[in-house]
Amino acid sequence: MKPAAFAYARPLDWSEALQLVASGARPAAGTQSLGPLLNLRLAQPDMLADLRHLPDYAGVTVTGDAIRIGAGTTHAAIEDGAVPGRTGAIMAGVARRIAYRPVRNRGTIGGSLAHADPAADWVAVMPALGATAIALGPRGERRIALDGFVTGIFETALASDELLRAVEVPVLPDAVGWGHWKFCRKIGEFSKVTACVLAVPGAAPRAVLAALDGPPRVIADASALMADTEAEATRIVSGFPELDDWRRAVAQTALMQAVAAASQP
Amino acid sequence: MTVEQRGFGVGASLRRKEDARFLHGRGRFVGDITRPGMLEVAFLRSPIAHARLLGVTKPQGAEKRVFTLADLPGIGTIRANSALPGFRVSEQPALAKDRLRHVGEAIAACVAGSRAAAEDLAAACVLDYEALPAVHDMLQAPLPDQPLIHDHWTMNAFLETRRNDDVSGLDAVAAAKVTRTLRTSRQCMAPLEGRGVLAEWDPRLEQMIVTTSTQMPHVTKTGLADCLGLDEGQVRIVSPDVGGGFGYKGILLPEEIVCASLAIRLGRPVRWLEDRFEHLSASANCREHHYVITAWADKAGKLLGVECEATVDAGAYSSYPFGACLEAAQVGSILPGPYVLPLLRCHTISACTNKPPILPYRGVARTGVCYAMETTLDALARKLDITAEAIRLANLVPPDAMPYRNLVGKVFDSGDYPEALRRAVAAFDLDAIRARQAAGEAVGFGLATFCEQGAHGTSVYHAWGIPFVPGFEQAQARLSPDGVLELRVGVHSHGQGMETTLAQVANEILGVHPDKVRVVHGDTALTPYSTGTWGSRAMVMAGGAVAEACRQLAGRVAAIGAALMQVSVAEVEVADGKVRRRDSDVFVTIADVARTWYRAPQNLPPGVDKGGLEITAGYRPDPDTGTHSYACHAAVARVDVRTGAVVLEDYVIVEDGGKLVNPMIVDGQVMGGLAQGIGTALYEEMPYDRDGQPLAATLADYLLPGTTDVPDVRLEHMETLSPWTTFGQKGIGESGAIGPPGAIVNAINDALARLGAEVFDLPASPSRVLAAIHAAKGGVR
Ligand SMILES: Cc1cc2nc3c(=O)[nH]c(=O)nc-3n(C[C@H](O)[C@H](O)[C@H](O)COP(=O)(O)OP(=O)(O)OC[C@H]3O[C@@H](n4cnc5c(N)ncnc54)[C@H](O)[C@@H]3O)c2cc1C
Repeated sequence: MKPAAFAYARPLDWSEALQLVASGARPAAGTQSLGPLLNLRLAQPDMLADLRHLPDYAGVTVTGDAIRIGAGTTHAAIEDGAVPGRTGAIMAGVARRIAYRPVRNRGTIGGSLAHADPAADWVAVMPALGATAIALGPRGERRIALDGFVTGIFETALASDELLRAVEVPVLPDAVGWGHWKFCRKIGEFSKVTACVLAVPGAAPRAVLAALDGPPRVIADASALMADTEAEATRIVSGFPELDDWRRAVAQTALMQAVAAASQP
Repeated sequence: MTVEQRGFGVGASLRRKEDARFLHGRGRFVGDITRPGMLEVAFLRSPIAHARLLGVTKPQGAEKRVFTLADLPGIGTIRANSALPGFRVSEQPALAKDRLRHVGEAIAACVAGSRAAAEDLAAACVLDYEALPAVHDMLQAPLPDQPLIHDHWTMNAFLETRRNDDVSGLDAVAAAKVTRTLRTSRQCMAPLEGRGVLAEWDPRLEQMIVTTSTQMPHVTKTGLADCLGLDEGQVRIVSPDVGGGFGYKGILLPEEIVCASLAIRLGRPVRWLEDRFEHLSASANCREHHYVITAWADKAGKLLGVECEATVDAGAYSSYPFGACLEAAQVGSILPGPYVLPLLRCHTISACTNKPPILPYRGVARTGVCYAMETTLDALARKLDITAEAIRLANLVPPDAMPYRNLVGKVFDSGDYPEALRRAVAAFDLDAIRARQAAGEAVGFGLATFCEQGAHGTSVYHAWGIPFVPGFEQAQARLSPDGVLELRVGVHSHGQGMETTLAQVANEILGVHPDKVRVVHGDTALTPYSTGTWGSRAMVMAGGAVAEACRQLAGRVAAIGAALMQVSVAEVEVADGKVRRRDSDVFVTIADVARTWYRAPQNLPPGVDKGGLEITAGYRPDPDTGTHSYACHAAVARVDVRTGAVVLEDYVIVEDGGKLVNPMIVDGQVMGGLAQGIGTALYEEMPYDRDGQPLAATLADYLLPGTTDVPDVRLEHMETLSPWTTFGQKGIGESGAIGPPGAIVNAINDALARLGAEVFDLPASPSRVLAAIHAAKGGVR
């Protein structure tokens, strides 16, 4: 399949990008998700606004205890250590298992979050890390907590005239426990179930169950799950009656595996 | 006949001559070929599985660029009949006429300067149709309450076959009896390169030249000429590099007919390239089988009889040339496998459904049949409490019975089947696996043994009465003035490495260095007629024909060479590219002989053969009932009982392909087939919903095994020569794809035996494996 004809624009500053988007242009980042949509003609925009030449679109800056990651930062850059410290190590481990390297070379963290595929890795991991999305609109920047960012299948809290500018993640202490477990039929395949657990010493542990055909389920206080894992995992999973038996069984396993990993010293 | 291994001849693992161009990106596929003024075609395809087609409204202003069947008067209908009694004939129009019978069926051809613009036209067409209930389930399809797909039929089945041995007494005498209901999923063959057609009309030659991605150019030529109302001289098929055949390219395409017709009508070259979406949504056309199989055995595991009810989903039409019942009707003859089977009762149905027409995919019916037989054997073994190895040894045809004629009349040419099994088993530390099992690990060992009939010819196929019964295979060997040997063959090489192996055959006879041998294939204007590359036949048939042509050529070369040396023919031999006096170092080269024939005929001896240095020779093995390569596949699989995920830990294949013309290429063939077999076993399935809609229309949903999913297979060869072929070689091209489902699912079932769980349906996806575990836990079996 070939895409329907579209015009191509290459905004060089953010206000121009916002104007294009306001006039109906579709933002294009690494096009690793948008490309297939265009080719299958599931998306037929009149114009693409290629974000890749915007200033500070990609890149990482650390301010105090926050790390700001430009929306255009590629999975590959994150895999290669663009994000510092323990947070960066966790993210590199996640990035390494997104798709295949050629996809990671182009695909961006912002594109992944804006696309909001329930099975996508950052969609599961960012809420677990307590990240914040930074949206840019006609009235300036706006902060959206990641646990409310993805609102449905391919739906986000971004307004139609907004762009995702960056993602902010906390600088995590070295001693955090982290568990991330996903089930893929093959290497590089989209996840069928993902579970993440972040245990920061002195704070309530946090868990996310994702890739279940809807927005990620965030468990802001996962203390019960950490304490009585099997029973609590069973209870959480029973809250997904729409899933088939297999998916529920794997979801339960995912939670237990993520807890086990996060509990390791 | 024994053949000594030499440098470049038969038996040498010569690097493939064709690889330089493939590895450097210099291969030429249909998609690489353009012509000035060429137009691209996009097909408007049926979005619905079953409907009455009422009309197509063409986009305004583009009426002349959209072609329906009515716009292409005179093009014929595809009919692939069979002589088998009771066969129901389907008529497949090149473009849908008044009925839509599967999702993806071509309705109109949209023509534009680019594919994108052609797709714009297709998107702007409006279809008018009246939906009919879709026949989506092969088991229900033949039932009387189902809507008929072909109105003049009495039931939705192309053919039923029966073999009626009396098995009624077996219950009384058998020590064990098992019955299994098994299913294999519908698959796409998924070659790297899809189909592609470039049609152009040559007004000077008054010839239609179709460059198309096919594995059987000559058959396509005949079929196309027939459908276009041209004589065969007016059709030339060029099949350039082909990126994977597997049976998918062994068919006359409706798209070929349409593109050719358009090229004549428009006076411009016209090209269509299948894309992945078309492939997945319109061409899931293989492998869907259903079995209810019962087997009886005595205490030692010796089979007393098998009863089988087999259904194959043959889709909506009978495709050309192999027809709709090649799979189902073969089930009965393949079921005995490599075993001594005294009784077989078998009923098969080729069900007609609203799905793409079935094609023979690498392994053809054998993959499903082997799966059914091998898993049933293991079920018997478990019941009898004997090992998987023991039950097979109790039944395999012994070497001293060769050649062996089995109960359905298949003749196995040669081999030591039990030895292959023993070697495969010996390649594992079974005690270690049993110890892991005892420790509670869900790990298992599985076997599958089978034989593969290849290169079977006239005596087998005439009974089928398909449009093409293979006969003698011909090859042309010709020396050019500089001594380069050209081999022209009507088979097509698309991964089999025949540009190398046929050169090795020539080297074996004439000693010409393979670098000085050019294999010409893939052009009906240049090559002798052939039914093409299918049925694991090329190395036996074309290899035999090339050998014969080279032998005859050697005779002529010897005569001229002897004369140049002023000795008698009896005093010379042809070897190493030379004509040499037997008793001395005196020789002339074959190049000297060629130069003499073409450029210095004054030096030719009187009475020289006027036919010169071009030979066309024919070959057919006698008997031509086919070679039987055979193999034992053995797998170790580990199951994650929490998720149902399966990991293949180890895989061994012991394989006997007779004389291996190029062992390295055989390894490649077996490994490629194995990857596809792993796909069948664990990953690939095209589900259809109740409306006949394919549900895995992208590669995100249709899972193919990747490099990391194929284990490092350990391959071992035996080399029992076939007594019937030129060098003792056997067809082996499909073998790798036959064994994996049986071996892998047997390994899974061995791993699950402790839990009392068993997998029945392919692919053994995590959800199926876990469902089996849950069913066992719930006591439901
Ligand atoms: C073969 C393959 C396998 C894959 N496997 C995985 C996997 O295992 N896990 C995984 O997580 N992902 C996977 N992906 C998806 C991949 O990670 C993509 O990179 C990602 O989903 C989209 O990022 P992108 O930069 O390519 O965005 P694009 O495709 O360019 O855009 C995606 C969507 O987001 C919008 N958008 C992009 N940037 C912005 C922005 N800054 N502001 C607002 N809207 C924006 C676009 O308009 C579009 O709607 C896979 C992709 C492929 C092709």
